[in-house]
Amino acid sequence: MAEVTSIWEKLGFRKASGVSEAGWGQTLFAGLISLIYFLPVLLIIITSFKLQTEALSIPPKFMPTNLFGLIPDAYVFSPTLENYTSVFSRAMTSGGVAENTGFDRYFFNSIMIASVSVLLALVIGTLAAFGFSRYPLKGNDTYLFVILTTRMLPAIVVIIPIILMFRVAGLSGSYLGIIMLYTAFNLPFTIWMMKSFFDELSLDVEDAARLDGSSGLKVFFKICLPQVLAGLAATFVFGLILTWNEFLFALLLTGIDTRTVPVAMSQAVAGGGIGVLWGLLAAIETLFLIPVFFVTFFLQDHLLRGVTFGTVKR
Amino acid sequence: MSTIELKQATKKYGDFVAARDVDLSVKKGEVVCLLGPSGCGKTTTLRMIAGLERITSGEVIVAGQRMNDLPPEKRDIAMVFQFYALYPALTVGENIAMPLHHEKISATEMKTRVDKVAEILHLGSVLNRLPGQVSEGEKQRVAVARAIVRDPNCFLFDEPLSRLDVELRHSMRGQIKQVLSNLSKATVIVTHDQLEALTMADRIAIMKDGIIEQVGTPHEVFAKPANVFVGSFIGTPQMNLVEAKLSDFDKGKAVVSFNGQDIEITTNERVGKLSSPKITIGIRPRAFTAESKANKENIQAVAELIEPMGAETLVHARTKGGNDIRVVVPREKRVKVGEALHLRPDAAQTHVFGEDGKAVRL
Repeated sequence: MAEVTSIWEKLGFRKASGVSEAGWGQTLFAGLISLIYFLPVLLIIITSFKLQTEALSIPPKFMPTNLFGLIPDAYVFSPTLENYTSVFSRAMTSGGVAENTGFDRYFFNSIMIASVSVLLALVIGTLAAFGFSRYPLKGNDTYLFVILTTRMLPAIVVIIPIILMFRVAGLSGSYLGIIMLYTAFNLPFTIWMMKSFFDELSLDVEDAARLDGSSGLKVFFKICLPQVLAGLAATFVFGLILTWNEFLFALLLTGIDTRTVPVAMSQAVAGGGIGVLWGLLAAIETLFLIPVFFVTFFLQDHLLRGVTFGTVKR
Repeated sequence: MSTIELKQATKKYGDFVAARDVDLSVKKGEVVCLLGPSGCGKTTTLRMIAGLERITSGEVIVAGQRMNDLPPEKRDIAMVFQFYALYPALTVGENIAMPLHHEKISATEMKTRVDKVAEILHLGSVLNRLPGQVSEGEKQRVAVARAIVRDPNCFLFDEPLSRLDVELRHSMRGQIKQVLSNLSKATVIVTHDQLEALTMADRIAIMKDGIIEQVGTPHEVFAKPANVFVGSFIGTPQMNLVEAKLSDFDKGKAVVSFNGQDIEITTNERVGKLSSPKITIGIRPRAFTAESKANKENIQAVAELIEPMGAETLVHARTKGGNDIRVVVPREKRVKVGEALHLRPDAAQTHVFGEDGKAVRL
């Protein structure tokens, strides 16, 4: 059988061997369904290149070009990068001079806070998960359940005590505070995910490593950890997306300097007295999408193995 | 000195006793097989020696040193696992080298030793592959290579051949036996396959329900089973075990009756001194001679099912009393279904077991 490597396969998309490809009809149908899901994102990306008037026009202008006259002019807008520049710098009052909006700072904050807290949760959570999996305490399941309960309460319920605690401890508005909070929020998820990955590993391999002379720590780092890389990647991405999108805690617990993008975004579009600036909002959202998109894209191989882990018997 | 000794080793899980008072000693250069059905405690016994299970009571002595409280990494024991337990993230070469990292030897020395065992086990061409990329037989050899690359106190094998197909199993059996004979270490092999045990072991320990039933050379356990269980477990086709009643005994000749037929068998004096007449007669399927006429020394039976096995034919016959008897006859002897057989058991291969199931021997 000839090995055909399509451009998709080179990009890392693979189909299972022994499975025949779907026909054109099915592919087209699947494409239509995915379009429905992807449409909101597509609209946002398109809108980010429109001026305010074009963004609000009815019927919607959805094509950036008239394709050599094929598309009626009513549906065509003239693409502009103005929204993207005004994300970072624009006049705050009509007729005023352009000034820095602080969004470069907010993007830095979002990236820093999300990645540090997710990585911290990953380190602590993985160690804890290994402990829960390999050295169970009496009433192990109870501990695991208690850990999970911290995620059962809606955020809005716990926010007031947390605000008070943060105020007393002087953590409001600091990086340390919000990072600690996000780490704590990611931990239950990380522990549960990673524990299930460790539970799946063959204990024989660890026994073998011990007989070969490795102590407990060495078994963990050299034998177990390399086997759960896929799980680490999956947990990292899920945690990152959750933290990246978090709004409520960020709104109430970050200060002007430590503000994250979702909070800054809500404030940027609300002001001005001239209604919602759709083009600007769409531009912020598009920029906001890019980092998680790339992380997910580069980890997709691991991600897929991570979420389907353990479904194949040895 | 490479020796293993278990003294009254017992392992309990709550109320369940996985191994009870196991006494076993393995000399330098000796291969002992632990043989028994699933769940008989043989793997538990092996893991107790390795230190992967803490023993509840008794003693584990390896190389003259009491090992009860030492963790597995301090015992210097090499073990081959049933599912090989290769390190999936390391290449074959790194897998084999793994035990050497604790010996503080130079990188070149390490490489020399890995290459040497790789050559013995024909793994030279796959050293750079990951365990997932090599065949089942190669995985098995990697597991063996990882065990023999260093100079441990002893070797333990847990069902080493159970995952291989028949052909590979035969060739690996020979290879492992050869490798072990060159190393002269105390070795324990766990298996549920009696052929494997009979061919590889110097001595076999047969286990059932956590207890060692008999320890002996392959010849001993086959020719002189200590009890009904060992008799039925060793040997294919299985030994015929017939419950019978001892009705008379005179000068080494016992008259036993089972379900209506009396036959006279030659046996030892101790049979006459049994307190209970309820006995079990054990006769190997190959220990029968088919005679032309019925007499008081042969068993009357009718052939019911014929299974040709190649060189021999296995005949399932039914006695008058309704007992099934397995008889192996040479291929040349044609037996037809419904044919009457007069089967004379060979006295030397007829075992008498008392009411308690223990063999009655001089």
